[in-house]
Amino acid sequence: MTDTPYSLAELVIVACAQAWRDNGEVMATGIGPLPRIGAGLAKLTFAPAIQTTDGEVYYTSEPVGPGKRTAEPEFEGIANYDRVFSALWSGKRHALVGPVQLDRYGQANISAIGDHKKPKIAMLGARGFPGNSISHPNSFFFPNHNKRSFIEGEVDFVCMAGYNPARYVNGQPPKGLDLRIIVTNLCVMDFGGPDHQIRVVSLHPGVTFEEVQDNTGFPLAKIADEIPTTPAPTTEQLAIIAQIDPNNVRATVFKDNPAGDRKAA
Amino acid sequence: MTETMLDKRMTVDDIVDQLSDGMTIGIGGWATRRKPMALIRAIARSGLKDLTVMAGYGGPDVGILAASGKIRKLVFAFASLDHFPLEPHFRNGRQSGAFEVLELDEGLYHWGLRAGAMKLPFLPTRVGIGTDIIKQSGFDFKFVKSPYGDGEELVAMPALVPDVALIHAHRSDERGNLLTLSKDALFDELLVRAAGKSFATVEKIVSTADLDMKANSRYNLVERAMITGVAETPLGAHPTSADPDYQLDLKHIKTYVDSAASPDAWADYKAKYIDVSEADYQAAIGGADAVAALPVPIY
Repeated sequence: MTDTPYSLAELVIVACAQAWRDNGEVMATGIGPLPRIGAGLAKLTFAPAIQTTDGEVYYTSEPVGPGKRTAEPEFEGIANYDRVFSALWSGKRHALVGPVQLDRYGQANISAIGDHKKPKIAMLGARGFPGNSISHPNSFFFPNHNKRSFIEGEVDFVCMAGYNPARYVNGQPPKGLDLRIIVTNLCVMDFGGPDHQIRVVSLHPGVTFEEVQDNTGFPLAKIADEIPTTPAPTTEQLAIIAQIDPNNVRATVFKDNPAGDRKAA
Repeated sequence: MTETMLDKRMTVDDIVDQLSDGMTIGIGGWATRRKPMALIRAIARSGLKDLTVMAGYGGPDVGILAASGKIRKLVFAFASLDHFPLEPHFRNGRQSGAFEVLELDEGLYHWGLRAGAMKLPFLPTRVGIGTDIIKQSGFDFKFVKSPYGDGEELVAMPALVPDVALIHAHRSDERGNLLTLSKDALFDELLVRAAGKSFATVEKIVSTADLDMKANSRYNLVERAMITGVAETPLGAHPTSADPDYQLDLKHIKTYVDSAASPDAWADYKAKYIDVSEADYQAAIGGADAVAALPVPIY
């Protein structure tokens, strides 16, 4: 712990980094600035074996942060489009992604809101979510924890498979399905409750379980009666984050770049 | 027996003349990389209609064809402008129900192309299990049980077999020996192998000797026997990139994004950038020098 002030973005980065603990030598894909910096932090601290990319086509020896670069990174290998599928189908990847909707089963949606034939809101399309979800571990980041993100019922179009027995022969999800953590602006959750129920494993400083539950469309479990507080970044972690993100892109993710400890704010 | 012609040079309009209403057209590239945009613009100004467009990794190709009313059905995994994540004309088309869709996973699309390339009816996969991809109405996904001891139930991804593939590459000779010089060859090879016929626009047609295949053969996309015609089309991928020859034009892509704001905005864009000759298009975007000066994007 530290007395150094830290932002919510930095708290989230440290929480995201935990996704890659004990994963071994996998491809680490963090979609969006905070998950990407989180993967870099993991690589530079407790998970040196993970492979991160330049965001395009090469693996790099050191993590590459978002925005302008001062020097060309050292390249370690190729991560072109074909090879990404080869790697992910083998299970040697852990992605931390930001869907638009997630439901109680961990089913995620980035395709469309409303009727799939004529959606109210058309988004990207399923991208690689279906294949990712049944091939390798996946974690999630949501910048706005609310009932539009964590919805009641099932997501409008299931892009990412989840723990919904009704969707599987004999109710058994495929072996590769492995949903890990969910980091939001309020808390960290995982799928460790009974029957993979989503549970709150830590609350960001100043946030209550009731606040999280009130902003979630389905009932949440708790890791313990007394839910731990999400660990604050250490001085060392803050220095490494600043090194990975010299452009301070992390300050632009949340409106007005709020403090990580809202009691201190 | 007809002797195969080894001079495959043609123009963009010659290629569009080979297309017909109702065809299934596969488009190569990825979002904002190496899309055959000169061909897309030519299709947009043609009389073609009711196309089934296969663009697994869609970008402004999908958007322009959607905004031009050319698409009857779209087979895709995503449509995005990458730096601008949401493709606005694709969105407008989807939200107005303007065309039918078959939405696939990126890997499932890859797998369908591979089945097509291998002349197999399908390839088994786990991809899609547990999702709404395999439950789409209007498409009856089938399953196969592994004939081996495990007995696993797998998705049978049908072959994707476009009538015609359209791709953009960097160099070719007149015989259709292609080089893609970009860092990532994407899945253009599989698309070409899966398609009935394939046409490529290329930045430059050079002599076979100038291809220097001894040094460059790893960038040789596919056997020339798979290529029906090549059209020399400098800047043919603009506003998407043909790195290392030129980068994506983010400023133009912003102009394109803004053109989705209203029918009038689209009419203005169309008048200036689509309903014109390729020479006038190039003048409108500032010419080859301006495109050559585009900065390398940061991902």
